[in-house]
Amino acid sequence: METKYAITVDDLTVAYNYKPVLWDIDLAIPEGVLMAIVGPNGAGKSTLIKSILGIIKPIAGSVKIFGKPYKKQFKEVAYVPQKGSVDWDFPTTALDVVMMGTYGSLGWIKRPGQKEKKAALEALEKVGMLSFKSRQISQLSGGQQQRIFLARALVQNASIYLMDEPFQGVDATTEKAIINILKELRKAGKTLIVVHHDLQTVPEYFDWVTFLNVKKIATGPVKDIFNDGNLTKTYGINYKVSVQE
Amino acid sequence: MSSAQIEIQLIACLVAIACAIPGTFLVLRKMAMISDAISHSILPGLVIGFFITEDLNSPWLILLAAVTGVITVIMVEFIQKTGLVKEDTAIGLVFPALFSIGVILIAKNANDVHLDVDAVLLGELAFAPFDRLSVNGVDLGAKSIWIIGTIVVITLTLLITFFKELKVSTFDKQLAATLGFSPLVIHYGLMSIASVTTVGAFDAVGAILVVALMIAPAAMAYLLTNDLKKMLIIAILAGIASALIGYWVAHYLDASIAGSMTTVLGFLFLLVYLFAPSKGLISVLYRQKRQQVEVYLLTFMLHLQNHSEESERHINHLGEHINWGKMQSKTVVDLALKNNMIVIDNNIISLTEKGQGFTQKAIDYITTNSTVAIEEMKDDFFLFRG
Repeated sequence: METKYAITVDDLTVAYNYKPVLWDIDLAIPEGVLMAIVGPNGAGKSTLIKSILGIIKPIAGSVKIFGKPYKKQFKEVAYVPQKGSVDWDFPTTALDVVMMGTYGSLGWIKRPGQKEKKAALEALEKVGMLSFKSRQISQLSGGQQQRIFLARALVQNASIYLMDEPFQGVDATTEKAIINILKELRKAGKTLIVVHHDLQTVPEYFDWVTFLNVKKIATGPVKDIFNDGNLTKTYGINYKVSVQE
Repeated sequence: MSSAQIEIQLIACLVAIACAIPGTFLVLRKMAMISDAISHSILPGLVIGFFITEDLNSPWLILLAAVTGVITVIMVEFIQKTGLVKEDTAIGLVFPALFSIGVILIAKNANDVHLDVDAVLLGELAFAPFDRLSVNGVDLGAKSIWIIGTIVVITLTLLITFFKELKVSTFDKQLAATLGFSPLVIHYGLMSIASVTTVGAFDAVGAILVVALMIAPAAMAYLLTNDLKKMLIIAILAGIASALIGYWVAHYLDASIAGSMTTVLGFLFLLVYLFAPSKGLISVLYRQKRQQVEVYLLTFMLHLQNHSEESERHINHLGEHINWGKMQSKTVVDLALKNNMIVIDNNIISLTEKGQGFTQKAIDYITTNSTVAIEEMKDDFFLFRG
């Protein structure tokens, strides 16, 4: 049987001011995996995600979401940007930020109503933030802000979730809570792609992994390719990670 | 009040409303200086438009001048994108260049044009009622009312229609892009409205003061609320208030209306800056002071908890042990006593049950960063309010 791919990346090259940050990336991400993208700082991990989302224009190559360009498939994709990418002093509440996740399916002009509010409240409950719904977003801790971003992606009810360092600067409880939700989503058949920093937790959290350092080093199931050889190739130094069986 | 006075106040209020709406989004997008650039660089557009239409209130002139505003934004972004200079430098390069072209154009044609640099910079609201709009000989009121009124209606309609899009693209541009709302379209839409509004308001309040009307009400509203809709409403109301108060100040001082309006705006902003309930300067300083005292309190309680030996807990020897001055020790001891957290028996200080509980909860919070334990303490202590 042929594997169905959620995302296919072909010969993707991205450059900032003529300096390549991603070089000829080929990547086929099967549907239903929970995948980590790992690599050193400056490896182009965030850039890869943003190129998949069409936020950054590549100088060569293409990206397909379920076989079609992103523009035609944006309702299938939810994005969790880095927490630091927005101004948390913006005058709005936790609930309102989560509601923004519903804007995509509403399209231009149409306003969110009771149905969207209900979905947002459910998402808040799922991430354990329902009691904070009216809190101004600057009054939330870093972990809580990350949960709000996750809830916003959940209401999009997408097939693919792209997350840029969702565990950055969150407490241990939040990390556990987030990974449990991600695993639940995978069970429901969703595809999840996560930029990840903590190599120790890769085997525990993920079933698929992509090693990236400007070029693609390797991609595949964690149990097959998450080894010292690939880590060394990616990080350039002799790497030893004790992989628990 | 004469009808001219009422008309002037009406124009001032309409200008304030038209400015407050794009101003709110400019402030939230940290683009306040762009309004300054637009307001100056529309001058050549105005002058050229005036040569063509020979009517300062022609809609064509307004559109032509507004296009110059949008071109300014494009030029600033172009220069900035090369990475050779920063945004503020790019703004400082573009608008004086365009403005000075306008100044030269006026000076060269001063004889044919009843435009002068003073009017351009400061506007002349007092003369607005002289320019009438009449259809078939029927007087419909001052032309300015119709022009700026139309701009207000358009701006409000666009705001209500695209509120959701404006909000999401202002808060999170990348999310907006992935949801299918082109941030570029919204950005240039907003810039166009800001430009049209600036041109419309230009005649009444001039190039310098229009900036104040865009930024000051929004900045005030930002300090007073945590809700975008309320921020817009407060900005509009602050603008209207300053327009009306400013008019009467000008009336009694026999001074420039636009100048008075802006002075009132500045004064209102100062009041808000000082006295806003949670974001005002006094409130912030008070909170910091309280937090500082509470940190000392906690340090003191920890010391008591850590030391069972009486020598460490003697009231007269506190200074030696935790290296505090007399005054500071007294402040902290008094605060702890007031909260029933300690008892002093024979000059020896001991924690009460409440003190023990407080200290333990605080330690739990600091070590685990879990906020559950301290939710109830937030009401009494600033330290835990983040």
